[in-house]
Amino acid sequence: MTTVQTGIQPISTSRRVKDRIVHVLVYLAFAIAVIPLVSVLWLVIKNGMHRFDLEFLTHSMRNIGARDAGGGAYHAIIGTLEQVSLASLIAVPIGLLTAVYLVEYGSGGRLARSISFFVDVMTGVPSVVSGLFVLAFWILALGMPFSGFAGAMALSILMMPVVVRSAEEMLRLVPNDLREASYALGVPKWRTIVKVVLPTAFTGIVTGVMLAVARVAGETAPLLLTVFFTDSINNDPFNGPQMGLPLYVFDQAGRPTDTAIDRAWTGALTLILIVMLLNLVARLIAWWRSPAKRGS
Amino acid sequence: MAKQIEVAGLDAYYGAHKAIEGITMTIEPRAVTAFIGPSGCGKSTFLRTLNRMHEVIPGARVEGKVRLEDQDLYGPGVDPVSVRRTIGMVFQRPNPFPTMSIYDNVAAGLRLNGRFSKSELDGIVESSLKGANLWNEVKDRLQKPGSGLSGGQQQRLCIARAIAVRPEVLLMDEPCSALDPISTLAIEDLISSLKRDYTIVIVTHNMQQAARVSDKTAFFNLAGQGQPGKLIEMDETSRIFTNPGQKATEDYITGRFG
Ligand SMILES: Nc1ncnc2c1ncn2[C@@H]1O[C@H](COP(=O)(O)OP(=O)(O)OP(=O)(O)O)[C@@H](O)[C@H]1O
Ligand SMILES: [Mg+2]
Repeated sequence: MTTVQTGIQPISTSRRVKDRIVHVLVYLAFAIAVIPLVSVLWLVIKNGMHRFDLEFLTHSMRNIGARDAGGGAYHAIIGTLEQVSLASLIAVPIGLLTAVYLVEYGSGGRLARSISFFVDVMTGVPSVVSGLFVLAFWILALGMPFSGFAGAMALSILMMPVVVRSAEEMLRLVPNDLREASYALGVPKWRTIVKVVLPTAFTGIVTGVMLAVARVAGETAPLLLTVFFTDSINNDPFNGPQMGLPLYVFDQAGRPTDTAIDRAWTGALTLILIVMLLNLVARLIAWWRSPAKRGS
Repeated sequence: MAKQIEVAGLDAYYGAHKAIEGITMTIEPRAVTAFIGPSGCGKSTFLRTLNRMHEVIPGARVEGKVRLEDQDLYGPGVDPVSVRRTIGMVFQRPNPFPTMSIYDNVAAGLRLNGRFSKSELDGIVESSLKGANLWNEVKDRLQKPGSGLSGGQQQRLCIARAIAVRPEVLLMDEPCSALDPISTLAIEDLISSLKRDYTIVIVTHNMQQAARVSDKTAFFNLAGQGQPGKLIEMDETSRIFTNPGQKATEDYITGRFG
């Protein structure tokens, strides 16, 4: 027979024990998740600091012999910055417009559902495949040269679904009340989107774009197949092989000398710093645009 | 600038569901018309058909006629955007644009629709805020975000935003339902003064409010669950509250409903 308990009861021992166990499990999971993160960061900083100097940031690997010390990643930094900027230039407008279509115009129609499906498929495309695609289509079939731009195209294929998904989520968070308020003022739909919906979602969209940038900035495989390698500086992303920081790390780490291994660590550190710097800039932009800045 | 609205045989649907049926009425200019009725009888739906906001909802459509003086609002070739510019709306929940300052919120309708010089805008913003009884409270912080105001102030900001575009008609859907008695009183005073220039329609669940502010009252009701809402009667407010023509109206306003 069960008795119905009434009144205020003390917490039972079994609940107390369960609470403890779950507490411990949660903290344990947190610790396990943080250990690899912190140790990777620590290792990269420890090993990378050694060569993190002015020469590294301002010189390429041109005329640096296999055993020579010195040399730097200037050509790779330039390459990564150009490739990632170009990739963002392609992926962000397309991704953003797709998200706007899905949220504001598609409204669950056939086209919207199939686009949504393909975006999901694209999210699962392995990075090598996007590189292979550009290699097969752009370089082999159309006969274009290896170039930073080809790499940017491969990266943009990887960026696009991330941008679409995060922007879509942010646009859906914009309350419908605001759209209706704008319509009720006699503002056409497209202006409502440009002046009310996008600014309201702006901070979230910037964060999503940064995540996408961070994801592709470290990609090696697609670059390997599309921008190829070089030890020299090539400022022109549309012509000839370029370097990228992930490629540089991959290349240097494969060499047998300690000086090369050191350069690889420093390359990795530089890449992390660049991504962090971009993040900081994005946060500043978001903060600068937010109404909170103007005080409340 | 206030104009008369004539509605004839109006039905509104959400997909296959008919929400209101056969509504015919005349809304007088320079007067306040109140809509009362039980929840779900289609007051908001009907209000939104008057400025073509109903069709914004996917699957929603309207049949019948709405005329603003001599213009058929649902006629072929009529731009719903220009209808909404002429017939403004204030919503139940205050909804200032969160990314904009107080000033920008009031100027939003003008800025988003055309070009105005800075001094023109300044003048309109000031007169609209004064018209909404908010100027004294915010004149020192026009550049602060609108979301930093209290609920009642936000609602008055929304009214200022709506009157800044100089509409001919102002529709208000339970504008005071989220407000305290003092803010409610401020908005009721405001409605009485706006009546000089605008045609005003207000939906309210508050009988005293309807009796206080309106000249005409329309009572809506539905026959049963899932049935479309209908206009039961419409008359001078004083008549509706003292000597209504229908039994259902009397039951509703005296609280003997359902
Ligand atoms: N977006 C919508 N989609 C589908 N049906 C809706 C929608 N909005 C309202 N309805 C339906 O239309 C009918 C009328 O709703 P409406 O909001 O007009 O009532 P109301 O009189 O304003 O009620 P309240 O006093 O509670 O605000 C209701 O049956 C409601 O379920
Ligand atoms: Mg309603």
